[in-house]
Amino acid sequence: MKIPLIYNLRSLRQRPISTLTTAIGMALVVAVFVAMMALSNGFRAALVGTGAEENAFIVRKGANDEMSSGLSRQTVSTISSLPFVAKDDEGRPLISPETFVVISLQRINGGMGNVVVRGVSPQAIKVRRGVEIIEGKMFRIGAREIIVGKTLAQTFPNTAVGEQITFGGQPWTVVGHFSANGSAFESEIWGENEQFMPVFRGEVFQSVTFRMSDPSAFAGIAETLENDPRLFVDAHREVEFYENQSAQLGTILNFVAVFIASIMAVGAVFGAINTMYAAVASRAPEIGVLLTLGFKPRNVLSSFMVEALVIALIGGLIGCLIVLPINGLVTSTTNWSSFSEIAFAFRVTPRLLMYGLVFAAGMGLVGGFFPAWKAARQHVGDHKTRRVNSLLELPLNPRKPRKDSAAESTEPSDSPQKEIGGHGFRSVSYISYFRGFRGFSGKQKHGMGTNLLADLQRSLHSKASKR
Amino acid sequence: MKFARLVWANIFRNKRRTFLTAASVAVAMFLFASLRSIITTLEASAELGSEARLVTRNAIGITFPLPEAYTSRLKSTSGIRNVSWANWFGGVYQDPQDFFAQFAVHGESYFAMYPEIRIPDDQLDLFLRERTAAIVGTGLMERFGWSLDQTVTLQGTIFPGDWEFTIRGVYTPDNPSFSDQTMYFRYDYLFERTNRQVTPGWFILQLEDPTAAANISTTIDALFENSTAPTATETERAFQAGFVTMWGNVAGLVRAIGTAVFFAILLVAANTMMMAARERINEVAVMKTLGFQNRTLATLVLSEATIITGVGGLIGLLLAKGFINPANPVNVMLPGFILTTGTFVAGVGISIALGLVSGAVPAWQSARLSVVQALRRVA
Amino acid sequence: MTTTKPSSDQTSSGSQTATALVEIRDLKKSYYRDSQEIPVIEGVTLTINRGEFLAMMGPSGSGKSTLLNIIAGLDSAEHGSVIVDGENVTAMSARQLATWRGRHIGFVFQFYNLLPVLTAYQNIELPLLLTELSKRERKEHVLTALDVVGLTDRAEHFPRQLSGGQQQRVGIARAIVSDPTIILADEPTGDLDAKSAEEILDLLTRLNEEFQKTIIMVTHDAKAAERAHAVMHLDKGVLSR
Repeated sequence: MKIPLIYNLRSLRQRPISTLTTAIGMALVVAVFVAMMALSNGFRAALVGTGAEENAFIVRKGANDEMSSGLSRQTVSTISSLPFVAKDDEGRPLISPETFVVISLQRINGGMGNVVVRGVSPQAIKVRRGVEIIEGKMFRIGAREIIVGKTLAQTFPNTAVGEQITFGGQPWTVVGHFSANGSAFESEIWGENEQFMPVFRGEVFQSVTFRMSDPSAFAGIAETLENDPRLFVDAHREVEFYENQSAQLGTILNFVAVFIASIMAVGAVFGAINTMYAAVASRAPEIGVLLTLGFKPRNVLSSFMVEALVIALIGGLIGCLIVLPINGLVTSTTNWSSFSEIAFAFRVTPRLLMYGLVFAAGMGLVGGFFPAWKAARQHVGDHKTRRVNSLLELPLNPRKPRKDSAAESTEPSDSPQKEIGGHGFRSVSYISYFRGFRGFSGKQKHGMGTNLLADLQRSLHSKASKR
Repeated sequence: MKFARLVWANIFRNKRRTFLTAASVAVAMFLFASLRSIITTLEASAELGSEARLVTRNAIGITFPLPEAYTSRLKSTSGIRNVSWANWFGGVYQDPQDFFAQFAVHGESYFAMYPEIRIPDDQLDLFLRERTAAIVGTGLMERFGWSLDQTVTLQGTIFPGDWEFTIRGVYTPDNPSFSDQTMYFRYDYLFERTNRQVTPGWFILQLEDPTAAANISTTIDALFENSTAPTATETERAFQAGFVTMWGNVAGLVRAIGTAVFFAILLVAANTMMMAARERINEVAVMKTLGFQNRTLATLVLSEATIITGVGGLIGLLLAKGFINPANPVNVMLPGFILTTGTFVAGVGISIALGLVSGAVPAWQSARLSVVQALRRVA
Repeated sequence: MTTTKPSSDQTSSGSQTATALVEIRDLKKSYYRDSQEIPVIEGVTLTINRGEFLAMMGPSGSGKSTLLNIIAGLDSAEHGSVIVDGENVTAMSARQLATWRGRHIGFVFQFYNLLPVLTAYQNIELPLLLTELSKRERKEHVLTALDVVGLTDRAEHFPRQLSGGQQQRVGIARAIVSDPTIILADEPTGDLDAKSAEEILDLLTRLNEEFQKTIIMVTHDAKAAERAHAVMHLDKGVLSR
C-alpha cells in the first residue's frame, strides 16, 4: 500500500518557494561538486591522454620526470636497434628520442608562461597515435620549423601558421597546429630534436618513446632494458608515467572537490531538514488523515522520504544544468614536476552528472529522514486509539502539547475521545477527518481539494481489493 | 532593549530550526574563511619578494642556468650593492610525494642579503666552514623530526646520486609568509660533486636604491643580450609573483566556489526565515493591532535573522581560526596559511548581510500584511 | 439607508454626563470579487458615548466585524468618516494609525491571539513596550491588569498552559493594560464554553461599570448581548436598533 506520488508532488506545488529555494541550494552544491570533479577529471584526462598503452617510455634511471632525465645518443641508438621496437610499413623503427625543455614565453594577455618545447623525431606522430596535424603541415627535417599544440596556439601570440616565434636565440617558423585528444601535448611546442639539441642542452636526449611490437610483453621489455649493462635507464609504460605525474595534483583536486562539496552539503542538508520539518509540521493533520485512512506509518515515512528525494533530484537536475556550460572551458595549471604550464578543459561527463544526481539524492535522503521519521512516529503504539486521538487534537493544535501543559489543558474534558469505542472508530474518524480537513484547507490558499481525497481513497481501495 | 526578549523568544521558538540554520551558516563561513585564506595567502606570497632585490635568470627559462662568470660583470654594474646566486636542487627525501624545496646557495653573500632568514651567528659560522652543511627551516625540522647535527641523505633528481647533508643550522623566518619548509646548502658542494659542471641557476642582486630597479633591469638585460645566455631580470617580487601565477586560476576558482557557497546558504537562511514568518503571520497581525509599527516589526524580524546568522557565522569563523594554523598541512604548499583579520571581518560582514537579506523578505511581507485578512484567515 | 440617531438619552452608563466618543458618519465599504462589487457596509451613521457598552449583532457576513475593524483603524472605508475622541481615524496614515491604535484601542479577539512564545505576563506587557514607561512602571501596570482579570497566579504561564477562558482573560488584560479609550471585542466568547463565556462577560461588564470603559462588542450570542446597554443589529451592511 503506497501513498501515491501525486500527493507529494501536489504538496510541493503548494509551497513552491520553499521547495525551490531548498532545491536551488542543493543545486549549487551539486554544481560545485560536479565542477570540481570535472576539473580534476579534465586534468587527469590531459595527462593520462598524453600516454598510450602500447608505448614504452624510457628515462634515465632514477629520474621521476623528463626534466631531470638525460640519455646519450649511444643509449638511444642501442634502444632503437632492440627487437621489441615496432616498425612502420617502411621498416623504420617507431621510436621518438626526445629533448625536453621548458621556456618562458610572453602570453597573449601579458605575463609570462612556461612552455614545454619538445624535440621529437619525425616518427613522433606515428608513435603517438592521437596526435594529428589539424592545420598546416608537419615540420621538415633539418629546418627551423615547429608545430604547436592547439591550446597553446590560443594563449600565446605569434603562433598562427606562418608566423615566427623567437626562443633559444633563434627564430622558428610555425608550420602547423596539432591536436592530441585534449592531452597535455596540446600545450606544447614540437620541433625536430636535432634542431633543438644545439640550441638548448647539447647532445643529450631526455626521453625515448617507442611503440612496442607486443605491448603485452612490457614487463619483459622493461626488465631487459633496465638490466642491460650498456644502458642506465628506467622503463615505464608511457600512460603510467604521465598518470603518475598527474596523480598528486589529481588526488589533491579530488580531495578538495569532495571536501568542499561535503561541507557545503552539510549546510544544504540542514536547509533540507528545516524545509521537511516545516512540511511535516504543517501537514500534521493530513498525516493523521492518511493514517486514519489505513496507511501504515512506514508508508508515511517513505512518502516523506520520497518528497525529500524529489526536492533533491530537482536540485540535482538544476545543478547539472548550471554546471553544463563549463564543459570544455579551458583552464591551466602548472605541472610542478617540470614547471611547465598545462592547459586542460573541464570535462563534464555523463558519469559525473550521474554522480551529481546521486550526491543530490544522498542529501535528500539524509535531509528527509528525520522529518519523515517524525511524521511516521506521530502514531506509534496502539494504532486505533492513538490514531483517533491525534486526529482529534491535531486540527486544534498542530503541535503535540507538551507534557507539562497536558495536565492543565482543559480541552480533553469535552473531547469526544471517550465516546469512541473500538467499533465506532471508522465513522468517527471520518467525521473528524472532514472536520480537521476543512479546518486545514480553509487556512490554505490552495487546499488539497477533494480530488486528492478521492485519489487517496481510490488508491487505498484498489490496493485493498487486490489483496 | 525592551524588545530584546521578544526577539529572544522567537529565536528559541523552534530550537532545532534555529540550530540548523545557524549551523549551516557556520559551515558556510568556515568554508568561506578557509577558501579566502588560500587567496590571501597566495596574494601574500606574491608580495613576499622584496622590491629591493632583483633576480636575474636565463631568458630561455628558469630551468636554464647562467655562467658563473656573470657574477663579476653584475657586481661591477652601477647601483648594485651585492650579488649572490642560487640553484634549485630538486632532491627527494625518502618519499617523492613529500616535497620540499632545497636551494644550493652561495652562503657568504646569500644570507647577508636575506634578513628574512634568521639564523644564529654561531650556526651560520659552522655552515660557512663545512662544505656539506645545511640550514633547515623550523617547520621542515619538525615535519621530518630532524635534529641539529643530524646527517640526512637526499636523492638527487636533477643531480643524480645520494647526497648527504649535515644540518648545522636552523632558521626561523621573520614573517609567516616566508616558508619555514626550505633547506639551504652550499653551492660549492653542488659544484664540486658535479665535477664543476654546475653554474648558477639565478642571480640575486641587492640594489642600492630600489627605485632604480626598472632601469637597472634593462641595463643588465642589455648587457647580456648578445651573449650565449641572454638574461631576464625583474624584481624579486615580480619573480615570486610569477611563481604564484603558475598555480593557475586558483583565485578565480576559489571565488566561484565561495559565491556558490554564499548563495546556497543564503537560500537556506532565507527559506528558514520565510518559514518562520509564515508560521507567525497571525502574530504579526496581532502585534499590528496592538499598535506595533511596520518599522518595529521589520526590525524584530531582521534582528532575529541577523542574530541567528551572525552567531552561526562567528562560530564558523572561530572554527576556521582554529583550523587554519601553522600546523595545518596546507602550510607545506602554502607557507603562511593564516586567517587574516580582513577575512574575519569580511566573514562577520557576510554573516550579517546573510541575516539582513534573508530577513528582508519576511520583513517586507510583514509590512505589507493586511491585518484584517491575516486574522480572518485564522478565524 | 437607515440612520441611527445619537442615543445619549437611551444609554445609562456609569458616567454622569454622556458625551460622544465615537462618531461614525455615513460609512460605506465594499469588497470586490472578480470586479463584482459586494457592499459590506452601506451608509452607517452611529454615535457611541463615553462609557457605553454596546453590542453589535448580526448574521455572518453582515459587516459587523468590518465595522469594528474600521473603528479600530485596521480596515479602511471608501466613504464617510470615523471620529474617535475628536480625531479623524479615517484620515490617518498607516503609521499614524498604528500609534493611535496603541494609545486608544484595546482589542479582544475571538481566538485570544496570544503570542505562544511569551508568558501571560509578557503577552500583557506587549502593548506597553510601545510606550515610554519604565520597566518598573510596566510591571505595575501588568500586575494591575492581571489582578483585574484574576490571573495573578498565572503570570508566568505560557498560553498553551492556560485554558481557553484563562487565555481570553489574558487577552482582555492585554487589551486594558495600556488604559485605552475604547475596548473593541470581536466575538470574545465565541470560542468558549458557557461557563467561561459567563466569566468573560462578567469581566467585561465589570470593566464597563467599575472602570467606565467604553466597550463595543461584536457577538452572535444573544446572552452576551444582554449584558450590553444597547444592542445594534447589522444586517447586510445596514444598521438597525
